[in-house]
Amino acid sequence: MIAALILVISLAALFQFFVSYCRSLIAACNTAELSPEVQEVAGLQGQLVPADEFERLLQFVHLCPAAEHDRNGLRAVSAYFRLMSWLRALVQPLAPRLAAWAEAERAGCGYFAAVALDRRIMHSRELMAAQMSQQL
Amino acid sequence: MLSPVDYLLWFASVFFEAAVVVCLFRSRFLTWYLPLNICMLGALLIGIGRFVALHHFGFLSLQYRYIYYFSDALSTVLLYFAIMALYQIMFKQMKVSQYIRAGSIFLLGATALFSYLVIRDHKTQLLTRFAGELSQNLYFLGVVLTYLLWGALAKLRETRTRLVQLILALGIYFSVSAIAYALRNMFSDLPVARLLVQLAGTFLPLAWAYTFWRVPEEARLALARLAAPNPNQ
Repeated sequence: MIAALILVISLAALFQFFVSYCRSLIAACNTAELSPEVQEVAGLQGQLVPADEFERLLQFVHLCPAAEHDRNGLRAVSAYFRLMSWLRALVQPLAPRLAAWAEAERAGCGYFAAVALDRRIMHSRELMAAQMSQQL
Repeated sequence: MLSPVDYLLWFASVFFEAAVVVCLFRSRFLTWYLPLNICMLGALLIGIGRFVALHHFGFLSLQYRYIYYFSDALSTVLLYFAIMALYQIMFKQMKVSQYIRAGSIFLLGATALFSYLVIRDHKTQLLTRFAGELSQNLYFLGVVLTYLLWGALAKLRETRTRLVQLILALGIYFSVSAIAYALRNMFSDLPVARLLVQLAGTFLPLAWAYTFWRVPEEARLALARLAAPNPNQ
């Protein structure tokens, strides 16, 4: 009985902590502006990133050489995106406001992926520049 | 026996714990986060010690089981002090550190006493049972204390990104560990429970290493963006 109670409370706490943690990762990226390069590569218009672009942007991110520091954030935000997609599909007919919130969160995930792509492109350029300077 | 996934998660957690220690030693804020660094250094030594014990005595040996449970209790106590350190950082300006210290020691003592009362009727392996019970209770206490800290953080409109991410990562760690222990109690020897403990043990140093490496101390965020949604709004 006590174990079941602990399980339920911990699951509820985990949900709250996980959502807040992912939102803190996304919020930390919100201040970064997308470069014209990433907008061109990913076919984005301005600073807005539609939620449905997340998966495609993530595929672009995986094409770039990995930078060790962003893997953790990408994995957490990918899981968060799936959670929000699932939540949106589940509550769409019952609670439209909650579904709209989930959609806004998915768009936030999309922006996070675009910023990650931007950073990886920059990282790739730095690697290439370093390689070229070594060859010279 | 341990599978390759177990070894992988083990090595990953040791690597990320070392990364947190190195990041903090190189940072200007070493004294600020010193208790967290001590906690990670302790977890690193415990991880290495467990590995040595595993190879020396074997996974199924009694010695390894003793070392596992006692080191788990020790690492939980260290993480408990890490929460208290985060409380100290959070309430630094209020000058209530002595109350936090006294409260934390009282809570730890009360949890140890409660754990002893739960296991005192057992005739065998009293110390191992005590270590296991203490870990389990401290994990749940960790969930409650981290949740309270998160609530205080929201109430005081704390905007330091680093502090927010450190607390939330700790909250995820304690929640997953408490879930794993609860599952173990409900369905004994559940393989998922062991995997959850290992995943949580890898996640925490990974998230902290990411925070100390990538998030500058000066970074701020709008806390209103972080709370989970209220369906009534």
